[in-house]
Amino acid sequence: MFAQYVVNGLLIGSVYACLAVGFSLVWGVLNIINMVHGAFVVLGAYIVIFCVPALGLSPVAVTAIACVSLFVLGYLIQRHLINKVVAAPIFITFTLTFGLDLLLQNFMLRAFSATPRSLQLDYGSFSVAGVSVSISRLGAMGLALALTGLLYWLLKRSRIGRAIIAVRMDRHAAALLGIEVERIYAITFGVGALMAAAAGGAAAMIFPITPLLDGVFLGKAFVICVLGGLGSIPGALVGGLALGLLESFGAYTFGSQWSATVGFAVMLLVLTIRPTGLVGRAGFE
Amino acid sequence: MRDDRARWLIVFLSALAAGVIVFGLSANNYLLQAGTSLAMYMALAYAWNIVGGYMGYPSFGTAAFFGLGAYLGAIAQGFHAPLAVAWLIAGLGAAVFSAFLGSILLRMRGHYFAIGTIAVLEVMREVANNWEAVTGGATGLNLPIMAGTPRAVGMFYYFVMCGAAALTLVLTAILARSKFGFALRCIKQNEQAARTVGIDTLRTKVQAFVLSSALMSVTGAIYASMVSFIDPDDAFNILMTISVPVIVTLGGAGLLLGPLVGAFLYMLIDDFVTLHFINYHMAVLGFLIVAVIYFVPRGLIREIEGLYRSLHAKKIPPRLSDKSSAA
Repeated sequence: MFAQYVVNGLLIGSVYACLAVGFSLVWGVLNIINMVHGAFVVLGAYIVIFCVPALGLSPVAVTAIACVSLFVLGYLIQRHLINKVVAAPIFITFTLTFGLDLLLQNFMLRAFSATPRSLQLDYGSFSVAGVSVSISRLGAMGLALALTGLLYWLLKRSRIGRAIIAVRMDRHAAALLGIEVERIYAITFGVGALMAAAAGGAAAMIFPITPLLDGVFLGKAFVICVLGGLGSIPGALVGGLALGLLESFGAYTFGSQWSATVGFAVMLLVLTIRPTGLVGRAGFE
Repeated sequence: MRDDRARWLIVFLSALAAGVIVFGLSANNYLLQAGTSLAMYMALAYAWNIVGGYMGYPSFGTAAFFGLGAYLGAIAQGFHAPLAVAWLIAGLGAAVFSAFLGSILLRMRGHYFAIGTIAVLEVMREVANNWEAVTGGATGLNLPIMAGTPRAVGMFYYFVMCGAAALTLVLTAILARSKFGFALRCIKQNEQAARTVGIDTLRTKVQAFVLSSALMSVTGAIYASMVSFIDPDDAFNILMTISVPVIVTLGGAGLLLGPLVGAFLYMLIDDFVTLHFINYHMAVLGFLIVAVIYFVPRGLIREIEGLYRSLHAKKIPPRLSDKSSAA
């Protein structure tokens, strides 16, 4: 029984990690809280849900399409809407992205309705030592972890990745070195949206999606960032897995209707002890 | 100059009060309802302005305290408390709760504070949804319906809401001139410096937070009594938590008349949208937010003042007048 809860927690936790990585990266690099992130996740999930039957491709391939579309959308939103106020006080950027979230959520509600939809996946499940694991969940976990790992590798090794990290550390110094900070901002925001779409694709393999989940996804990103620290990919991974386990055992102890409260309660507790999060603003290298 | 301004303000406010009373006695039911909503949003906007405007802390917890008040008032009325007592209980309950909460949240800064206030809202909605024994869960709570004709009841709540709005306005006016208000503005400018000049920043912040929350809570309790039915999604409404700060920004944050002007314009837009584009309510609010952030981030009052000054400052070289309007 205990092992089952651990496995469930880790399976969903890796999707959470993927969900939070993009949010955390945007927060760390642009110093804005992207309230649209939850809507990006939902949009990614819907692209997957609609395109899998329509195109007859595997969910993983369709997730790639969703990722590319969301990258473009994110890039354009940052370049043309958010960039003008990116250096403004927190209240301004927070409110602006909140407004964009309302816009996107409203259009998704009109387009897709509030009825939950899901992918009809039936890959079955297997069990090891009394712990049953559903194949689609395992696939979602693999997809989420693979993309998170890919992002980690890109940030560490690619030119663009190093530029993103340079801007993250000191955007003035980065600008002096010839890095186009605004372009990096837009790319970072695009990457954030891309990771949201990946998380959406993974989520669509696991549970039914409705536009109303927007705020739920966003809330999880908050909690994970506070637990795991800003802009750090290993941090988001640890935070995501921790939240997965926390919810799994929280649902066992208090009932699943309290899952958001358990996460937020732990988050507020952490913030009470350490007002700038568990890891503070410690960056990544 | 300052006396002149104060005199104009008194004239303006007296005219406003007279207008409010005449409107309340003569308006039809539809307009009365709109006036009541306007007064409610005004009260919330003034309450938010204390923390969000004067103190400069980006709070997104308005709906948390509004909902808390709605539920406290509803529960008190369930125990046959008279209206005024129920509203008082809502105010005091929120004051105690927010003193505790504030001493936690107000240690955080910036993004973390904003996220913390939203988390509180979400947790409270979930508590209201799940604690069925007390809150009635997702089905909500019924409140006793006031005796009297719909017209008389409508008028009663119109004047009560206007009273709440007036109370918040007067408190803001007193606060703006007091040492306490000065301390809040210091905190907004530079918290470290405020501490250096001897302001007990945490204590001051908690006091402002308690005042703001208690006012929101009383407004919520009045709302609950008025509509006679509350449920978690209505009481802890995420749209309210964002629209109230937008109202204040639209008018002008940290200004005495900012919330008043903002709430009036917002209700005009909101009413039009509800009539014609009910399905795109959220999207229109989203558009409004983008427009406010882009075109009037300092608020309409400051923009108009700046325009007025640049028109009437012909004798001063233009560059100087530009500077003074930007300051």
